[in-house]
Amino acid sequence: MHDVTKVAIVGSGPAGLTCAGDLARMGYRVTVFESLHSTGGVLRYGIPEFRLPKAILDFEVESIKSLGVEVKVNALIGGSYTLEDLFKEGYKAVFIGTGAGLPYFMGVKGENLNGVYSANEFLTRVNLLKAYEFPEYDTPVKIGKKIAVIGAGNVSMDCARVSLRLGAEESWIVYRRSDAEMPARAEEIENAKEEGVKFSLLTLPVEVLSDGKSGVRALRCIKMKLGEPDQSGRKRPVPIEGSEFDMDIDTVIVAIGQGPNPLLPRKTPDLKVTSHGNIVADPQTGKTSIEGVYAGGDIATGAATVIEAMGAGKRAARAIDQYIKKL
Amino acid sequence: MAYKILEKEELAPGIKQYDIHAPRVAEKFKPGQFLVIRLHEKGERIPLTIAMADARAGSVRIVFQEMGKTTFELGAMNKGDSIMDVLGPLGVPTEIKKYGLVAGVAGGVGAAPLLPILKALKETGNRVITILGSRTKDLLIFRRELEKVSSELIITTDDGTAGEKGFVTFPLKRIIEGKNKPDAVWAIGPLIMMKNICNVTRNDGVRTFVSLNPIMLDGTGMCGCCRVTVGGHVKFSCVDGPEFDGLMVDFDEIIVRNRRFLEQERISYEKYKNSL
Ligand SMILES: Cc1cc2nc3c(=O)[nH]c(=O)nc-3n(C[C@H](O)[C@H](O)[C@H](O)COP(=O)(O)OP(=O)(O)OC[C@H]3O[C@@H](n4cnc5c(N)ncnc54)[C@H](O)[C@@H]3O)c2cc1C
Ligand SMILES: Cc1cc2nc3c(=O)[nH]c(=O)nc-3n(C[C@H](O)[C@H](O)[C@H](O)COP(=O)(O)OP(=O)(O)OC[C@H]3O[C@@H](n4cnc5c(N)ncnc54)[C@H](O)[C@@H]3O)c2cc1C
Ligand code: FES
Repeated sequence: MHDVTKVAIVGSGPAGLTCAGDLARMGYRVTVFESLHSTGGVLRYGIPEFRLPKAILDFEVESIKSLGVEVKVNALIGGSYTLEDLFKEGYKAVFIGTGAGLPYFMGVKGENLNGVYSANEFLTRVNLLKAYEFPEYDTPVKIGKKIAVIGAGNVSMDCARVSLRLGAEESWIVYRRSDAEMPARAEEIENAKEEGVKFSLLTLPVEVLSDGKSGVRALRCIKMKLGEPDQSGRKRPVPIEGSEFDMDIDTVIVAIGQGPNPLLPRKTPDLKVTSHGNIVADPQTGKTSIEGVYAGGDIATGAATVIEAMGAGKRAARAIDQYIKKL
Repeated sequence: MAYKILEKEELAPGIKQYDIHAPRVAEKFKPGQFLVIRLHEKGERIPLTIAMADARAGSVRIVFQEMGKTTFELGAMNKGDSIMDVLGPLGVPTEIKKYGLVAGVAGGVGAAPLLPILKALKETGNRVITILGSRTKDLLIFRRELEKVSSELIITTDDGTAGEKGFVTFPLKRIIEGKNKPDAVWAIGPLIMMKNICNVTRNDGVRTFVSLNPIMLDGTGMCGCCRVTVGGHVKFSCVDGPEFDGLMVDFDEIIVRNRRFLEQERISYEKYKNSL
């Protein structure tokens, strides 16, 4: 009788689920640990129903479970439970796919006013907790008449479109560079425009103005122009002096990007991270600085794509299999 | 997996204590940490402090005050019922070490989270003086338990029905100005109480730890809705706290931020009440 080898997966986003499925097919006993109460990562809490029906996600998760993968929700690794605990519990290898879940803020005055959300908070309320069905569902979301979404990535387009669907009268994308530099996919930008999302480009928010109670009255911005190319190769936006103006806004959603979730690396001093806090992992195998620990998806690459995350999960599954066979 | 309510007790009108089966949480609990729970599929996620854990029985204790929809609905559950989701223990545990003389100040239901902290502080060789305050006599909880861990227990009530009439700030002021100035103060209770306590301790520069209760969602650092300003820096209470240096906290901001969904909370509660 040979023991079936146990492998732990941390995070149930596309990277973790793909890795789990592949390892289960190879005959491993796989357990997925997910900190939220539901699986799927960004596919569940970030990407809205109208772009990715949750029934499709549920189907995918069920088919992975039917391979024998055990999924533990409400299981945070890197808080009170550590990677070390997993090895103690007999897991022979661990794959970390914890994603880019740390919301960045602008650091401007007024950003803590009521009426300012991070994209993550806004989307989690709406998608994960179904605030669009409040009060049938208990989680509230408060949406004003005029929304400004800061940033122009896929996440921003989703926030702007969700706002309109929740009944906002105006929904603006406020972005400091121009049309050509918007990081969102062309298709997403097109869809947003078709639904009536407006664009204020070459516009940098410098302050969120209070309505004197606790809400937002306006977004103070400065106009930008494009200068010399910066490190990213894109033309650097520079403020035009004296061009401040106020946008009439009552809700602000900050969608300027997400960083790697720092919880697990913080609790795992031996795990090497980049200056941005991403886990250092071999792009071919996902191998990290700790033996038996692999990582992939947004936690390693920074915010990227579903396909890339799945690819990383697949490659890591192969590498984990080879690693365990050599033990 | 569901989390069963093993014991239920009403400690005071509107204040209830549950022991919940959550072995993985119980095993790791340290004073100062909290849970995020969700009652059912349509429920919201709310944070509650862990008041005690019994690793052998695999249970954790929560003490909560019925405030709105979710806490009333929780309060209506019974022994044997199950809570759908329990996540924890979350947050940075209290730093338990020898400070010397410690003053604990509890306001209302804040006595529950304060108790394990004071107990651990006492076991580490600190001398503990405790001030327990509430609106009225009926709402004083954990009197006997706090007495056990304290060399002195001072009771205050707003209406004078027990102990000294007035706020917890008065005896604290007296203690600080007396011979035995505390080396550290722990204050847990309503935001306005913690703010006022800090206004008392600030003058004498007494280290003051407070446990903040901003609105939370995930409890794992991914949404930023629990952000607070401490010493001019933005912190996420769920992962950087919930305990902070009270003298650095911008309380007014949290008080305002906790009113973000007042209107929706009212709608939710009305709907719940009418459904009964
Ligand atoms: C709103 C939005 C729209 C997007 N649109 C697109 C798109 O159209 N096309 C595209 O290709 N990409 C899109 N992306 C990007 C894509 O979703 C991500 O690149 C992808 O989901 C990354 O997958 P992942 O598995 O690495 O991490 P994630 O999907 O982030 O999953 C990580 C999971 O790990 C869990 N977790 C985190 N820390 C812990 C811990 N310590 N313990 C246990 N569990 C933990 C998290 O709760 C989460 O469930 C979008 C992203 C967002 C936010
Ligand atoms: C770290 C932490 C520990 C806590 N520990 C305890 C405890 O041990 N015992 C206890 O009685 N209470 C505790 N609270 C407060 C408790 O979470 C709220 O009373 C509860 O969420 C109210 O929900 P409700 O639906 O019953 O009432 P609601 O009517 O929804 O809200 C009443 C008030 O509670 C606050 N609140 C609402 N939703 C949330 C939320 N999701 N997160 C945080 N606060 C919210 C708001 O200020 C609101 O005005 C704690 C809060 C935090 C942040
Ligand atoms: S509750 Fe979401 S970051 Fe703290």
